Amino acid sequence: MFAYYLDLALRSLKRNKVLTTLMILALALGIGATITTLTVLRLLSGDPLPQKSAQLFYPQIDPNPKDGYVAGETKPAPTMTYPDAMNLLHARRATRQAAIVLSQAKVMPLQANSHPFFSDTVMTTADFFAMFDAPFQFGGGWNANDDEGAAQEVVIASFLNDKLFGGTNSVGKVIRINDHDFRITGVLKPWAPQPRFYSQDLGGRSYGDGDAVFLPLKSGRAIKMGPGDIECYAAVSDMDHLEAAPCMWVGVWVELGDAASIASFKEYLANYAKQQVSLSRFQRSETSLLDLMGWLRDQQVVPDDVRLQAGLAFGFLLICVVNTVGLLLAKCLRRSREIGVRRALGATRSAIFAQFMVEAAIVGMAGGVLGLVFAELGLLGIRHQPAEYASLAHLDLAMFLFTFVVALVASLIAGILPAWRACVLAPAPQLKAA
Amino acid sequence: MIMEIRPIFASMRKHMIPATLIVLEIALACAVLCNAVFMISQRVSDIHLPNAIDEQSLVTVTLRGTDDKLAGSDVPRNLAALRGIAGVQSAAVISTLPLSTNNWGWSFGTKPESTITDQSTTNVSLFFVGPGIDKTLGLRVVQGRFFNDDDYANSSLGSAPLPETHAVVLTKSLVEKMWPGQPALGKTMYTTGHYYTVVGVMADVLRPNIGGQNYSTAFFPLGAAGSKGVQAYYVMHCDPQDRDRIVREAELKLATINPGAVAKGQTYSEIRTKYFANMSSMAWMLVLVCVVMLAVTAFGIVGLTSFWVNQRRRQIGVRRAVGATRGHIMRYFQTENFLLSTAGVVFGMALAFGINAYLMQHYELNRMPWYYLPCGAIALWVIGQLSVFGPARRAAAVPPVVATRSA
Repeated sequence: MFAYYLDLALRSLKRNKVLTTLMILALALGIGATITTLTVLRLLSGDPLPQKSAQLFYPQIDPNPKDGYVAGETKPAPTMTYPDAMNLLHARRATRQAAIVLSQAKVMPLQANSHPFFSDTVMTTADFFAMFDAPFQFGGGWNANDDEGAAQEVVIASFLNDKLFGGTNSVGKVIRINDHDFRITGVLKPWAPQPRFYSQDLGGRSYGDGDAVFLPLKSGRAIKMGPGDIECYAAVSDMDHLEAAPCMWVGVWVELGDAASIASFKEYLANYAKQQVSLSRFQRSETSLLDLMGWLRDQQVVPDDVRLQAGLAFGFLLICVVNTVGLLLAKCLRRSREIGVRRALGATRSAIFAQFMVEAAIVGMAGGVLGLVFAELGLLGIRHQPAEYASLAHLDLAMFLFTFVVALVASLIAGILPAWRACVLAPAPQLKAA
Repeated sequence: MIMEIRPIFASMRKHMIPATLIVLEIALACAVLCNAVFMISQRVSDIHLPNAIDEQSLVTVTLRGTDDKLAGSDVPRNLAALRGIAGVQSAAVISTLPLSTNNWGWSFGTKPESTITDQSTTNVSLFFVGPGIDKTLGLRVVQGRFFNDDDYANSSLGSAPLPETHAVVLTKSLVEKMWPGQPALGKTMYTTGHYYTVVGVMADVLRPNIGGQNYSTAFFPLGAAGSKGVQAYYVMHCDPQDRDRIVREAELKLATINPGAVAKGQTYSEIRTKYFANMSSMAWMLVLVCVVMLAVTAFGIVGLTSFWVNQRRRQIGVRRAVGATRGHIMRYFQTENFLLSTAGVVFGMALAFGINAYLMQHYELNRMPWYYLPCGAIALWVIGQLSVFGPARRAAAVPPVVATRSA
């Protein structure tokens, strides 16, 4: 029966080529726009570390003054002062913990006559690599003693290793960072979590190429590497010793294995804030412990424009669906007489309904295929845009399949009204008119 | 006209579904169009924000990774080298530029007890400028004076985040914000441990990042010797046609005489274009969506009206046979479309305002000005009339003899 409907539908679509083309084109444009924007949205709001994100947490406390504080309604500060970060780190209440500060390092190539260049740099502590599952190509990270001793050791990204050492094993070699010698302890494999969860509010980018240089926080500070973002909450007299200044510029991440350890860390954090309040160091006792995805949501990492585009594309798809409803209706009512004949010869209402739904589905599938072409064109356009996530915009298998789901659902919804109108048509007047 | 409308309503009642679909399509198109055009206009007005410097004549090279302690001798030497390039009319250093995204902000109040955390203070972007910057940038001082040699010589940057000086030049918008309706010259702005007296007011210069108070810009004098190397932007004024050559020469020159540092040259137009690149590509995307959407809507109306005309060939034939002219038939379909468009536009306006209210709540969007609605209405009326023209002509071409044929 289905094969027969298919044949009928194809015949009907062929009979009026202009109308069919218009329908498919409009639906394809709507689907193309929707899939393009949804691909980008999905990409930008994705989970950067799917295997680990549920165990990673971002503690927040609030050293800001009382002014402007509403108990229970004010969010804690996004970053921490250096003393607070170190207190949390040294307490070792989590399985792993790391402090993070972003900066820019001047790297001097070894070749003669070459110019130095700036690279995105992460100043952090030993647990960073294991906690974030950063994979090593050669060597490994540094240890906690190197953190305390401000050892001049460094881990570099694979693209920097390619640039400086032609991709060979450079562990043990020396590179010059900000005019100081650092020994390479490890080289990462290509690693660039998207979105870059650990760079939020630290002055880094959210998407795009990974960071190039990783070094112990104290070592970086010892050679006067400045943080990418500083937020001060009181008058500052000495910016050269940021560690003691009333300024926030450090992000802290902790890894917590199970519900019990999460609960106990929350309690520890709350107690820490209360203790600081009783010492009059803090005026606010608000704390927060968001997990990785929660922190990304809190930071609204997905640009507003991308969400607006997705909304707009849905509006556009809706217009295209209404348009398809109208055109399908026009097509099927034009065939009133044919329907009358089929009904008179014994076709049931549901048979007519099914016939027209199959026709709608064919339009939908054709719209889906063409929509896929439009989506690829749209993504090609996005890859040529100046946005930092541009190079990531590619269609994956899930979105490929989803395109057809959208196409089918949209066309079936569009087909319901015309098919219903067709099947409730009384056969007698149609035959009489003939 | 009145005579024409009644039969139209009668026929619409018989064809509720196609009529409703046209109304719905126009309503959706109107709602999306108004909001999209509004978003485009907001972006376009941001992209064209005025900025009181000679944007078209400026070239800059950033020099980073220098030795801070040598700034006192390095900066004058570098500037002298840049002034030696053919076509450079003047050169000076500054800590950041408008729209460079490199922002150093601080909050100031108008009372001596103002602290950085006061809710009443104003956040200001700080520019630490070297001698000659007013001429190089083409600043327009509208009141008072710009910095003199003493101001530059007596200013320095210690370990504090603010310079040791007492002179400041603010933009017109900023003094109006801090001291509304009062003469600003001689007024003092405060933050704990520092105070600065306004010696001059300049035309509005943009901040390094826009959003909110776009012109909260303050210039502080800073001589090279006490600058701690914060003045990384070397700015040159030249004829617009020399810019590309001077960028290359200046970058090469600074890289050669500062082998340990990183020099990067740009024209000011490039900085501005880069800053607004995302915004302008979004605006173009919105334009594309609007055009395609209007095309889809128009084709939808053409399709539905054609079908409708075909269905009523007999009625048209009868009307023609009893004396209606081609013009009557044309006008009938045009009036019908006008009525449907009007209904669509009315629903569309309500929907447009609803969407706008939602966007205002969830995104940084302003209220849509009222005149978007009549403009959107006119646009859709025109689209409706254009798309009905073809089918209406075909309807008018139906010969009266059709009436005599059976079906």
